[in-house]
Amino acid sequence: MTDITLTVNGATCTGSPEARKTLVDFLRDDLDLTGTHVGCEHGVCGACTVILDGRPVRSCLMLAVQAAGSEVTTIEGLAPDGGLGTLQQAMWDSHSFQCGFCTPGFVMQATAFLRDHPDAGEQQIREALSGNICRCTGYQSIIDGVLLAAERNRER
Amino acid sequence: MKLPPFEYEAPTTVDEAIDLLAEHLDEASVLAGGQSLIPLLALRLARPEVLIDINGIAELSGVSAADGGVAIGAMTREYVAEESKVIADTVPLLAAALPLIGHEAIRSRGTIGGSLAHADAAAELPAVARALDAEFVVRGPSGMRVIPAAQWFEGYLTTARRPDELLVEVRFPTAGRGTGVSFQEVARRHGDFAIVGLAVSLVLSGGVISDARLAFAGVSDVPVRAAAAEDLLAGERPSAELFAEAARLATGDIDPPADLHGSSDYRKTVAATIVRRGLREAAGNALERQ
Repeated sequence: MTDITLTVNGATCTGSPEARKTLVDFLRDDLDLTGTHVGCEHGVCGACTVILDGRPVRSCLMLAVQAAGSEVTTIEGLAPDGGLGTLQQAMWDSHSFQCGFCTPGFVMQATAFLRDHPDAGEQQIREALSGNICRCTGYQSIIDGVLLAAERNRER
Repeated sequence: MKLPPFEYEAPTTVDEAIDLLAEHLDEASVLAGGQSLIPLLALRLARPEVLIDINGIAELSGVSAADGGVAIGAMTREYVAEESKVIADTVPLLAAALPLIGHEAIRSRGTIGGSLAHADAAAELPAVARALDAEFVVRGPSGMRVIPAAQWFEGYLTTARRPDELLVEVRFPTAGRGTGVSFQEVARRHGDFAIVGLAVSLVLSGGVISDARLAFAGVSDVPVRAAAAEDLLAGERPSAELFAEAARLATGDIDPPADLHGSSDYRKTVAATIVRRGLREAAGNALERQ
């Protein structure tokens, strides 16, 4: 067990995870932030994507102890007042989910991508999301949602 | 699966890391970016007693112009290298390959040294290192060794690093005037491992190819140079016929593995295509760098 302190969605959090505990399990089990989903547990599906110090990362591919001192944003941190952010609303409007299991990972990856590429087109968005796997939608509605969010962001 | 138990060490200097390696030898694994090792742990393909996490060793990160080349600290993250102006200006082949590694989230954590020490022959960086004759700087209890790329890759996920040594830096030579590069890969999806990949570097002087380097990814258990094709190209003027002959020679010597993504023959066909494409692109951008 190692004592760690990190910032999650703006709040200082502490914990004593076992060294082998991954960041995603720490977020879910120790901090009760169950919005981040555990899919494949070996870095293929992207469901566990969170933003760590400004960069999208797979939280199943790092140890919780490695996040000590870092700033983590999870799906719960995107719209703190319980509402929906622009991307979430656009994905809602575009029916970008069916079962919803992969959704938090897609939202976090797309959030990081749109921040850096506000003018991205469809092909770039497809490539940016190519590391996230969805087994229901066929992806088209997800891409539509991200494109709609990019459009709404530009109009604001 | 959840990761198996291990003893966790997080040294903050290279010397401490080497002491730990010397103590635990084959019982230890070095944790760099973790984008390959953590899956191996989760899948129980790696079961180290001790995990030596080198993410806290600040001296291992950074990109610096060195004598005739660029020195990249082993723990330099792939996204940092991707954004590096020094690398874009001086090692264009590496700059071309970096965006093709995995996905954005993988490059956030993945490191240059980690990929090269993991030595997956289907990955991009081993092919780049082999094509450019990069040098691998390792440190161990008995001091420093510099290992050329031709000797670094020994076999499947196996390098010339001894168990008590740590890869600390990789040096790439600066591309000179008239150098053109291309990194080609064919994969089922953007970001997947290549079915076949190819690193190409050509130098054109006075319209003639003075140096040609081609290294394949994904055709063997190590990255493979296409020596016969390189010999053919040197001293010749670029042409479609020359590149077709180079593709024939380059694929004549390889015997790629078959898997669910493609048969051996399919890989050879893809390899020939990307040799032609890669040479055409490299020759084109060599002309721009005269």
